[in-house]
Amino acid sequence: MSRRFTPKIVTANLLREGDVVYLTADDRWSHHHHEAELIDDEAHAQMRLLHAAAQKLLVVGAYLADAKAGPKGPEPTHFREEFRTRGPSNYNHGKQADHAS
Amino acid sequence: MYSYSDFDEAFVRARVAQFTHQVERRLDGSLTEDEFRPLRLMNGLYLQLHAYMLRVAIPYGTLSSHQMRQLAMIADTYDKGYGHFTTRQNIQFNWPKLPDVPAILGALADVEMHAIQTSGNTVRNVTADHFAGAAADEIADPRPYAELLRQWSTDHPEFQFLPRKFKIAITGSPNDRAVTRAHDIGLRMVRNAAGEPGFEVMVGGGLGRTPMIGVTVRDFLPEADLLPYVEAVLSVYNTLGRRDNKYKARIKITVRETGATEITRMVEERFTELRPLFGGNDLKLLEDIRAAFAPPAFRNAPTDAFDAFHKADPVFRAWADTNLAQHRHAQYAIVTISLKAHGETPGDASSAQMRLMADLAEKYGHNDLRISHEQNVILPHVHKSDLPSLHAALATAGLATANVGLLSDIIACPGMDYCALATARSIPVAQELATHFEALKLEHEIGPLKIKISGCINACGHHHVGHIGILGLDRAGVENYQITLGGDGTETAVIGDKTGPGFAYTEIIPAIERILRAYLGLRLEAGETFLQAFRRVGMEPFKLALYGGEGAQDAA
Repeated sequence: MSRRFTPKIVTANLLREGDVVYLTADDRWSHHHHEAELIDDEAHAQMRLLHAAAQKLLVVGAYLADAKAGPKGPEPTHFREEFRTRGPSNYNHGKQADHAS
Repeated sequence: MYSYSDFDEAFVRARVAQFTHQVERRLDGSLTEDEFRPLRLMNGLYLQLHAYMLRVAIPYGTLSSHQMRQLAMIADTYDKGYGHFTTRQNIQFNWPKLPDVPAILGALADVEMHAIQTSGNTVRNVTADHFAGAAADEIADPRPYAELLRQWSTDHPEFQFLPRKFKIAITGSPNDRAVTRAHDIGLRMVRNAAGEPGFEVMVGGGLGRTPMIGVTVRDFLPEADLLPYVEAVLSVYNTLGRRDNKYKARIKITVRETGATEITRMVEERFTELRPLFGGNDLKLLEDIRAAFAPPAFRNAPTDAFDAFHKADPVFRAWADTNLAQHRHAQYAIVTISLKAHGETPGDASSAQMRLMADLAEKYGHNDLRISHEQNVILPHVHKSDLPSLHAALATAGLATANVGLLSDIIACPGMDYCALATARSIPVAQELATHFEALKLEHEIGPLKIKISGCINACGHHHVGHIGILGLDRAGVENYQITLGGDGTETAVIGDKTGPGFAYTEIIPAIERILRAYLGLRLEAGETFLQAFRRVGMEPFKLALYGGEGAQDAA
């Protein structure tokens, strides 16, 4: 029995800075989750992941993460990915400070 | 304090130069990430959730003021103005950028520090009793042995690719403040019948997904045999350890699968082969090292000022009663500076706090600072007459919290606020526990209590040996916290027992409160600690408090 494909986004960390980034539909790496390309086709997801993984001088550790459509764009579905969109909870550091949208 | 030999200096500098080129080759594309990852890990550089993280070794937890200031400089120049002290007596910088890491390693080398072997399947930073050289109950300072082990294990060609990481802890006191029973090798100094010092050697302890207390393979090892014996243990493990399964690769599994008797026999056999090969050079080196750890010149002066302040000032008294430990010199005290101010992140120090502690160590503490596995900073040698001034100075920087050994003196790993391996957050749980019980004013009423929190099964937060342990897990996409009770990390080490089903993030603080209110209700007298009460009454009263009478479970 085939299960319905859970929509995905492609995410990684920047090689130099380590920042969390998301692959957009127009091939940019954005700091904002809602700008990511929401992928609802498994084959396309694999193609996009390969495309991301090939950018060895830009990003590290690209992977597919579950996401869902929201009013502003894709939203994370798991708390780990939600934390990655913000930064740590003990200080106002990371994205929540540097890339507040 | 030990100073680098020419060999140490040349080795660390060569490694910085080597890694500098490796980073350049990664940035220009000559190295792929798969090629680069093991190289960066060899130099303590991880990629975490939001950024890179650099783990710097603080051998046996000992720092000079000069070194502490350099850590503050690194925090300001290359990070976000703070550092995080860990349960392995390391410091972690949470926000370095890859192109800056060679410069950071160079700045560390300038003060005889490095990040070598803070990752990988090697012998990691050798940890020691944070009261070493000062404790009243100590037989001998364990740090010369730890330094000998550091030199021997650094870049040891036979032990760079062990089946898994390898952690050694050492204490010079029979009272174990270094959690030696939860290490791959634990060394606890004892005396034999003739009164000579030596070591109880424990092997195969460890926490993580299969928590185990180490088994004693030698009740008494003469100190002169230390290095060949430790090498014999490593050698047997290197041969027998399972490289087929990462989860069964630690020596604790090797010991259990082989049997304590057989492992002991194999270690002794290997030791017999190795002992003559050392040819006495290890002992000569130990003697040289020992000279570097000579005690400071203790001052002989009245302590009246301390007594007067203790009587007159309740704030000072509260701090002195919780944060001081008995020094072997009657006029001195061991000061624990709490990095656990209520609501702050356990183990974090700002660069300003680091500088102040460095200055105070220079002024009042013979230039000596220690990092404890409990994530506090120790000034091991302070004359009692200086304590009121020291306390006043600490108070100006939020460093005078009087809570050492109490509920809010919590060990917490970075958890999912930073760590890529974490399954749940630990820092905010620690923060809320501390502020919640501070608001209830129950902390001093509850008395001695060790709460330890890990954000995943790997147990960096030592939750198994907490009197109350909290383990954060991911249960079906939601943070869930499992509680263990009755753990003990001392010489009477015990792994705590699970209470039952875990609790949601919003339920964990009330759950801990129910446990502690049950304790307050059932203890025989105010002096019966939580751990003593647990040992007397067992799990049932606490289960009842947590889950109710009919096994009703209010969480997943």
